Amino acid sequence: MIYADVLIVGGGPSGLTAAKMCCEAGLSTIIVERSHILGGQLTKQTHKFFGSKDQYAKMRGIDIAVKLQEDLASFNTLTMMLETTVVGLYEDKVVTILQHNEYKKIKAKAIILATGASEKFLAFENNDLPQIVGAGALQTLVNLYQVIPGKSMVMIGSGNIGLIVSYQMLQAGIEVKKVIEATDRIGGYKVHASKLKRLGVDIQTRKTIKRAIGKDQLEAVEIVRIDENFQEIEGTSEIIETDLLCVSVGLSPLHQLASMMNCKTTYISELGGYVPLIDDHFQCSVPGVFACGDMVGIEEASSAMMEGYLAGLYTCNYLNQPHLEAESLISHYENQLYELRNGLFGRKTLRGIEKRKENLIHA
Amino acid sequence: MLNSTGVPDKDQVVSRFFDEKILSSYKAIIECYEDIPCNPCATSCPVSAITIAPDIHAQPVVDPSVCTGCSICVTSCPGLAIMLATVKKDKARFKIPYEMNESFEKGTEVHAINRSGEIIGVAKVLNVSNYPHQLKTRLITVEVDASLLHDFITIRGIQHG
Amino acid sequence: MTNRIVEHPILEVKPKKKIRFVFEEKEVEGVEGDTIASALVALGVVTMGHSLKKHRPRGFYCAIGNCASCDMTVNGIKNVRTCITPLEEKMIVKREFVEDIQDDIR
Repeated sequence: MIYADVLIVGGGPSGLTAAKMCCEAGLSTIIVERSHILGGQLTKQTHKFFGSKDQYAKMRGIDIAVKLQEDLASFNTLTMMLETTVVGLYEDKVVTILQHNEYKKIKAKAIILATGASEKFLAFENNDLPQIVGAGALQTLVNLYQVIPGKSMVMIGSGNIGLIVSYQMLQAGIEVKKVIEATDRIGGYKVHASKLKRLGVDIQTRKTIKRAIGKDQLEAVEIVRIDENFQEIEGTSEIIETDLLCVSVGLSPLHQLASMMNCKTTYISELGGYVPLIDDHFQCSVPGVFACGDMVGIEEASSAMMEGYLAGLYTCNYLNQPHLEAESLISHYENQLYELRNGLFGRKTLRGIEKRKENLIHA
Repeated sequence: MLNSTGVPDKDQVVSRFFDEKILSSYKAIIECYEDIPCNPCATSCPVSAITIAPDIHAQPVVDPSVCTGCSICVTSCPGLAIMLATVKKDKARFKIPYEMNESFEKGTEVHAINRSGEIIGVAKVLNVSNYPHQLKTRLITVEVDASLLHDFITIRGIQHG
Repeated sequence: MTNRIVEHPILEVKPKKKIRFVFEEKEVEGVEGDTIASALVALGVVTMGHSLKKHRPRGFYCAIGNCASCDMTVNGIKNVRTCITPLEEKMIVKREFVEDIQDDIR
């Protein structure tokens, strides 16, 4: 049995910032990460971040990933377990892990779940053909491994991820033939769309994919126009030859480990799907289990980082070993989150958070 | 239009420009048309010419009487929504952010491109800079005909046969 | 023809050490830093496996070890998530076939 004060599941932006707070408070901390590198989605994000200085605005995601790890370099109470997958979590806070084919057990006094999200999918004929990929996956292949899986692509989805990934694929030399969006408006920031337009990319709203065409792999896609009820308009079919189809239709919180531990979860569409119910201190319905980042509600890396700092600070409080600057830091990061969410783009998230709170009260 | 195509209306664009007298020296033109939580342009400006108020969701406003045309905001904007512009007689000069693979040589002629991605004329590349503070966003100085002042946004290499 | 990026406006493209491995009994190469899946995509491999019942081709999909589309047999171990497994020298990588899996189920 391996013992630790805090076990953090997930080495992405919220896991890393949570770890910094716990380590600074002197708690023995383990980060378990199933991939072979830390940083989560940041490691693929070559674009400059928005937000404010505290959220590393102007810095590229890939550089923020490096910075968050540098922040942890000096702590000898921190253990990183990479290529390690959590396979079981039990109510006595024993966690079983698979590390390079070895099965081990960790007992922690508190657990912070920061498992992030996975990409949603779209149902259409032949959607399982090779060369149909999620946007995050394409971003990973190209930006992290520097591999180009095809020379041309069509992007489904005009949210921030669809727009940003399209831009990044152009930077890598992949032709973006079209970006299509089912609703009547571009979902992401218009500055991202403008960047694509000036590069000659065709962005079309009220369009969707009807089917993918190909035998052993994708060869073309059939796009159709749809009306306000998302119904196909006859006679508007268009066939586009393409090497790749990239699907960017939203993210789903990876809530499964929280559910495994019997933490109460509920479906909240504004937050992206099933989320664990958490209180104002990011604690789940099982005491001593905290959750933060995209797994409690789909937002952005900026909010994930702020939530990670807060979950870490509240975990220290829970373990009666508060961070020396707990009060001022909590206030600071709560303000940052408030600022991030206090605009047009944050409204949906705020509605979802309200529902999450209400559900916890009635749970 | 911006919402469904990503291309702002002419009125929107013109509203961000200044009159020719003010543009006799380089000024920042900020085409951030949405309330998004973001402020690196304002925090990077060394002379505090950019205001974002009352909170970081507000669209940035440039005070042209303070703006010195230093270009730091151009390469600070994560949305590549800022450029510098100046007009002298029949020529307009711009300093634009650029992050694509194509490289441009000083003195070459390239396509002048508008916000819809269409070719609208020629542009002459006057300078390309890539200083560390730009964080890999290149700054390209170009010259176009003054008639393209409100249409020009970026450049594209001319493909030869 | 290489499927690897040679120049990029933001990413640092550095020459990397080659890693030799075996795919479907052919000797091939990846580079240091690759996962098994990224090395295969760089080699132009599009089909990673097949669906169990209808034998439909499956390719790279999620890249973070969630979807099982890229599962392959590596060094005799089945269902390895190639998208999150680092490539190592002399690895023996094979696509999995329905027949192999059904043996286990029986």
